Amino acid sequence: MRVINRHPGRVSATLLGLLPFLLIMLIYSLASQERLAENPNDKLLPGLEQMTAGVERMAFQEDRRSGDYLMWKDTTASLKRLGIGVGIAASLALVIGILNGTLPLIRANLAPLVSALSMIPPLAILPILFIVFGLGELSKVMLIVIGTAPIMMRDVAQRVRELPGEQLIKIQTLGANSWQVITRMMLPQVLPRLIDAVRLSLGPAWLFLIAAEAIASTEGLGYRIFLVRRYLAMDVILPYVIWITILAIVIDQCLRLINRRLFPWYNAGGH
Amino acid sequence: MSFITVNNLWKDYSGQVVLENLNLSVRQGEFCTLVGASGCGKSTFLKMLLGQETPSRGELLLEGEPFPGEPDRNRGIVFQRYSVFPHLTVRQNVLLGLELEQKPRLGKLFGAARRQALEKVDAMLASVGLTPSASKWPHELSGGMQQRLAIAQSLIMRPRVLLLDEPFGALDPGIRGDMHDLLLKLWKETGTTIFMVTHDLKEGFYLGTRLLVFDKVRNDPHDPQAFGATITYDLPIGQTDQTLYQHINDSVTETARHQAA
Repeated sequence: MRVINRHPGRVSATLLGLLPFLLIMLIYSLASQERLAENPNDKLLPGLEQMTAGVERMAFQEDRRSGDYLMWKDTTASLKRLGIGVGIAASLALVIGILNGTLPLIRANLAPLVSALSMIPPLAILPILFIVFGLGELSKVMLIVIGTAPIMMRDVAQRVRELPGEQLIKIQTLGANSWQVITRMMLPQVLPRLIDAVRLSLGPAWLFLIAAEAIASTEGLGYRIFLVRRYLAMDVILPYVIWITILAIVIDQCLRLINRRLFPWYNAGGH
Repeated sequence: MSFITVNNLWKDYSGQVVLENLNLSVRQGEFCTLVGASGCGKSTFLKMLLGQETPSRGELLLEGEPFPGEPDRNRGIVFQRYSVFPHLTVRQNVLLGLELEQKPRLGKLFGAARRQALEKVDAMLASVGLTPSASKWPHELSGGMQQRLAIAQSLIMRPRVLLLDEPFGALDPGIRGDMHDLLLKLWKETGTTIFMVTHDLKEGFYLGTRLLVFDKVRNDPHDPQAFGATITYDLPIGQTDQTLYQHINDSVTETARHQAA
């Protein structure tokens, strides 16, 4: 039988999926053990014990200086920035994207600008953001907005234009004015697609968040990782990276479930 | 006075003539079927009636006035596919037109007004046989049921003209027969003027009151696009015999071959 026609069963598919994770963990723990056997104070590849201690210190003990539980403080600070940034970007994308996709006059006016903006490397204008908006929260949120909004705008506009032309004619024959075409046909059909676009933008959003936090911040997951780097504190960096990954997966899956719940017609092949 | 008048109408796209010298007069309440080979301008003519296209030359008049340049609620349309809205249930799809009409800004009805509108909707759903599927999503319906829904959605607006662009082209033959019966029933009940484009000459021969055959009178074998099509037969249904059917069929097939060449 050809390899392209061989499909794994349910159990073996799960096992095959788990295998790379187990393999990475195995290789890591072997390497870590070897280094720790040579030098028990080695910092580069901490074992499970050191990492647990690191998490214990960051998440469940008050910081001696500030009296805060640092990991939770970092988490809430970062999630707040991410949420506000992505929220603003998604709202902008919805408005501009729908206008661009629906109204030929606006498209002629705005689409070239959006395309050009989406080509600017956001990190290149991070210094400008710091100069204009200061080193506070605003510049970090703005970086996420500028980094993710233009691409989402283009995506939404593209989705709007992909809606069948027959639908557009049909709703006009039902007497819809331009506003009603947007609110009753475009908007409801684009919302689930917007959520998909947000899911795809979350990766870049995390990138911009951590970059901004690394450069100028006093709290946040990215700030902490770059701070403890000075002490080679891999026992904190690795758990933080794993924690960020878990957060990203949870947010992504929540959005997926929300999409399914709110738009049953979308996920059942109704588009 | 005739309801729809076509005077010496031509349509070309940058030199390629699609329709030439079209003349037609249709009374209110007629059911016209448009047949012909692909590329003979049936759909183009339908688009002009809809307001999606404008004539290059000649006149296209609705009660003596030129046709509006964009689709409006006086002219309903049912396409072969994608005519219904996937994000609305069957009931909401039919309700949509009433909501758009009564609420220009909000586009939604609530409370008593909604209940009143839903009574109309349910009556319309009953007449197309979709009552049991009222709360389903369109993707849960078969192709035939989706077309029933599309027809109901258009007819609830009581359009003066109903345009059908190969509405049953994608359906199984058995279902098609049911849809013909349904369409004739609805046409008799509403008295609306219908134009239906079809590929199926037989369908054209017994559905409706009038058969319009779009065909090319002249064919240039070296340049198939040089000449446009026009209405070669304009027959009242009922006077059509077998030899005539055969003759039209041969002529249309011949044109189709030239088109393909």
